[in-house]
Amino acid sequence: MPRKVVITGLGATTPIGGDVPTMWANSLKGVSGARTIEADWVQEFELPVTFAAQIATPASEVLSRVEAKRMDPSTQFAVVASREAWRDSGIEEVDKDRLAVAFATGIGGVWTLLDAWDTLREKGPRRVLPMTVPMLMPNGPAAAVSLDLGARAGAHTPVSACASGTEALHQGLELIRSGKADVVVCGGAEAAIHPMPIAAFAAMQALSRRNDEPELASRPYDTGRDGFVMGEGAGALVIEAEEHALARGARIYAELAGTAVTADAYHITAPDPEGLGATRALKAALFDARAQAEDVVHVNAHATSTPVGDKPEYTALKAALGARVDQVAVSATKSQTGHLLGASGAVEAVMTVLAIHDRKAPLTINLDNQDPEIPLDVVTSPRDLPQGDIVALSNSFGFGGHNAVIVLRNV
Amino acid sequence: MASNEEILTGLAEIVNEETGLAPESVEMDKSFTDDLDIDSISMMTIVVNAEEKFGVRIPDEEVKNLKTVGDAVTFISGAQA
Repeated sequence: MPRKVVITGLGATTPIGGDVPTMWANSLKGVSGARTIEADWVQEFELPVTFAAQIATPASEVLSRVEAKRMDPSTQFAVVASREAWRDSGIEEVDKDRLAVAFATGIGGVWTLLDAWDTLREKGPRRVLPMTVPMLMPNGPAAAVSLDLGARAGAHTPVSACASGTEALHQGLELIRSGKADVVVCGGAEAAIHPMPIAAFAAMQALSRRNDEPELASRPYDTGRDGFVMGEGAGALVIEAEEHALARGARIYAELAGTAVTADAYHITAPDPEGLGATRALKAALFDARAQAEDVVHVNAHATSTPVGDKPEYTALKAALGARVDQVAVSATKSQTGHLLGASGAVEAVMTVLAIHDRKAPLTINLDNQDPEIPLDVVTSPRDLPQGDIVALSNSFGFGGHNAVIVLRNV
Repeated sequence: MASNEEILTGLAEIVNEETGLAPESVEMDKSFTDDLDIDSISMMTIVVNAEEKFGVRIPDEEVKNLKTVGDAVTFISGAQA
């Protein structure tokens, strides 16, 4: 039997709450984090999309000025979320040589990169900040978390676009099972609400254009869905070998029972219409967790609200869960948070852990006319999850054909 | 032309902005590395900000000679002359 791994600490900074208690309370009420962007560059570049789901609590309110100055916003979010998760875990003493970090990002320090480019063009090379490289590197969030906590058993950065955050948990589980670490701070961070990524995602027709109604724009499974809503923030989870958690009398939220990662090898951006890669990931993750389809009561779906993306996930769930798919409470929380890209899997993992622990499913908002081709049991009003032994899944899929699934079980 | 006292005050502001150190702790005889714990990356940021503030050029090869705050004040003062 592989080492059992449990989740003992949660942290998040998101568009619907600057910490886990606020985010979780809001996700059970059903709120939208999407707003019109109040920045000059929206008009300056005449962007086709003028809204996004920006962070609820600016990192500058949590970090010191000097600390924040040396970090790209993506790293600031990672540090804010991981500090909350670490405090929440209650760990007081740990062998730092057995403490690892697996902190993902989809894009990395895009603000830093493009600011430095602007500085170079406007003021010349002398004015490009010496901190530019460590701030823009995609491993910046993982490195900063490692430095902040003194984690010396490796700091890893899975990069698989919108699957990155979930892949971080996959990597964390492997690190503990293989004996390379006892505790891993896993997570994902993203800060890409910048005119260039907005222009680029808009160019590929991926973003909702519902500029007049930002709060209604992210509507997974609805027939009126027209694209995703850019989000930003970070999620963090302290995962721990069960014996390590028990030895210190830790509060355990749930078991990270299994994970899987697969690749479509089908198309660089389009999901496989039959969802074959996602199906394999779902089946492999359940197998890894020694769980049956019948055990699954809840799924936090990837469901980004794009016309082409939502249905293949349903196809995959049906293929992996069989008839059980009709009895699973499905939450599409991007309807509230927007799509946090490389952070989304980590934030959704936090929500799914709490769903298991509190036996409540977070809400899906804006579902007015459910797509008849996606007949899932979508949670649109407060819903309790069953008592007894339960299993929940969280899915993430990314450009490049990346599929990542985690399986959580009550303890 | 700034007096040495004005240069010191200006440098202290730049150091405070970069590191958060209290401006009054930035004194002439303090070593940037040993006393103020300023690393090489912060030092380069301070140098570039000082160049802009005082309208001087501090060549990269000169930076290693600026061991104390006083060294920097003297260099900037001389470069302004």
